[in-house]
Amino acid sequence: MDTNVAIAPRAAGDTAEPLIRFHNVSHSFGSRQIIDNVDFSVGRSEFVCLIGPSGCGKTTLLRMVGGLLTPSMGEVTYAGHRVDGPESDVAFMFQDYSKALLPWRTASGNVSLALEAARVPRAERAPRIEALLAKVGLSRHADHYPAQLSGGMQQRLQIARCLAQDPAVLLMDEPFGALDAMTRQALQDEMLRLIETSATTALFVTHDLEEALYLGDRVIALYPNPGRVAQIFDVKLPRPRNQLTSREDPEFLRLRREIFDFIREGET
Amino acid sequence: MNATKFAKGAIFPIAALIVWEAAMRIGNVQSDSLAAPSQIAAAFYQALIDGTIPRRTGETLRTALTGLALGGGAAVIVSVILGLVPAAARLMQFSIEVLRPVPAVALIPVAIMTLGFGYGMGIALVAFACFWPVLIYGHSAIVNIEPQLLDVSRVLRLGAFGRVTKIVLPAALPRYFVAFRLSAAVALIISVTVEIAANPLGIGHELMTASQSLHPDLMFAMLLWLGLVGWAVNAVLLFAQRRLFGPAAYSASLQ
Repeated sequence: MDTNVAIAPRAAGDTAEPLIRFHNVSHSFGSRQIIDNVDFSVGRSEFVCLIGPSGCGKTTLLRMVGGLLTPSMGEVTYAGHRVDGPESDVAFMFQDYSKALLPWRTASGNVSLALEAARVPRAERAPRIEALLAKVGLSRHADHYPAQLSGGMQQRLQIARCLAQDPAVLLMDEPFGALDAMTRQALQDEMLRLIETSATTALFVTHDLEEALYLGDRVIALYPNPGRVAQIFDVKLPRPRNQLTSREDPEFLRLRREIFDFIREGET
Repeated sequence: MNATKFAKGAIFPIAALIVWEAAMRIGNVQSDSLAAPSQIAAAFYQALIDGTIPRRTGETLRTALTGLALGGGAAVIVSVILGLVPAAARLMQFSIEVLRPVPAVALIPVAIMTLGFGYGMGIALVAFACFWPVLIYGHSAIVNIEPQLLDVSRVLRLGAFGRVTKIVLPAALPRYFVAFRLSAAVALIISVTVEIAANPLGIGHELMTASQSLHPDLMFAMLLWLGLVGWAVNAVLLFAQRRLFGPAAYSASLQ
């Protein structure tokens, strides 16, 4: 076990200079407070999962990092500067893949959109699209429209479009929540493999405790109404993770028990 | 359309024509306001070979289609602006509510005074009539675009121009097309109305002169032809709509 830990060194959260930082962030929509004084940071190449019941503002926090929303108090910084709009190397993977892809463009066309937005010259696009689709296993579906693809394939296509941004940070909003269990596990592993090879930093929102533990270096549990940080759990499980052994690891089971009890206490 | 369906559809009109023809002949009707189908057919043939029908049709379609293109085109631009800039929509709402209910034909006197007779007047009134439906449909199409698609355009950092051309217009295109197809019927109605009421051009004018010179055969022939033109315009647009947006992958987003 110890050797496994050694071969997969990953940044340990607050050490060194964090890549993303929430500085005492609060947010209200009208008179309703959504986020109350959230303060945490995400290190380079770290995988952090945000978990909590609905109403805990986890999607709101993700949108703040993505530059889609400005907090009403406090600030979010990325690489040392204040986030005041979407960054070119921060990719956002949406929960509802069927609404995040352009239905009138083929798989290639959807990946191309990210390259067009980044002003990649036309001649360079085709080979890059081909490589990106190959990475997510969609080479044979390049000319298919999203409606002709299964849910899992559509979400893979969204991954490819995110990767087209060559992202330093991947923000994911319950990306696998609508998929069946088998597809979800396959995509979890593919996504982990892709971001580990490129040392991408990930912020992942989910309400599935086991998914958070399986993927994350740290799991941040949030309280709802208004959303605030309840507790932060370090997940010291060896990487690469494995759907069977990782989930049977005593540490996995211990953490699952601990967070589960913790969430249940929060509810009562 | 298959043969049996067509045959069933033709039963009623053919029967009606036979009864009409028989009644005219048996009753030996000599009328200034009615004509037998055989006389109408003769008048139609005559108008076709002497060039009246092609010329008049060209005049009417020129008015209708130019007006549709100008009015609809302007409405596309205005609806995109109003759809993407809510402040502009609030600013213009009152003006739109006041102008929209004005019937285009009520502007005929104004058009005669300002533009005089000719294509300009017909085109201007058709454009006015077609502007509103395209504006209303287009505006609702744009404010109802899936918000997540707009988030996607922001996250990818598409510029304003890219957002309109790559996201907003393609997403709203099927609805715009429906708006244009419905407006084509309006365009034909308005252009013929203007021709009947004032403008010495087109099918409407021919229809009016036939009536005033007591030629019921020619009058009915032009009426019949007008029905066929309206049917053909709609059929062409419907065909185009099905080809462009029909069985393609995203047909679900059409209606």
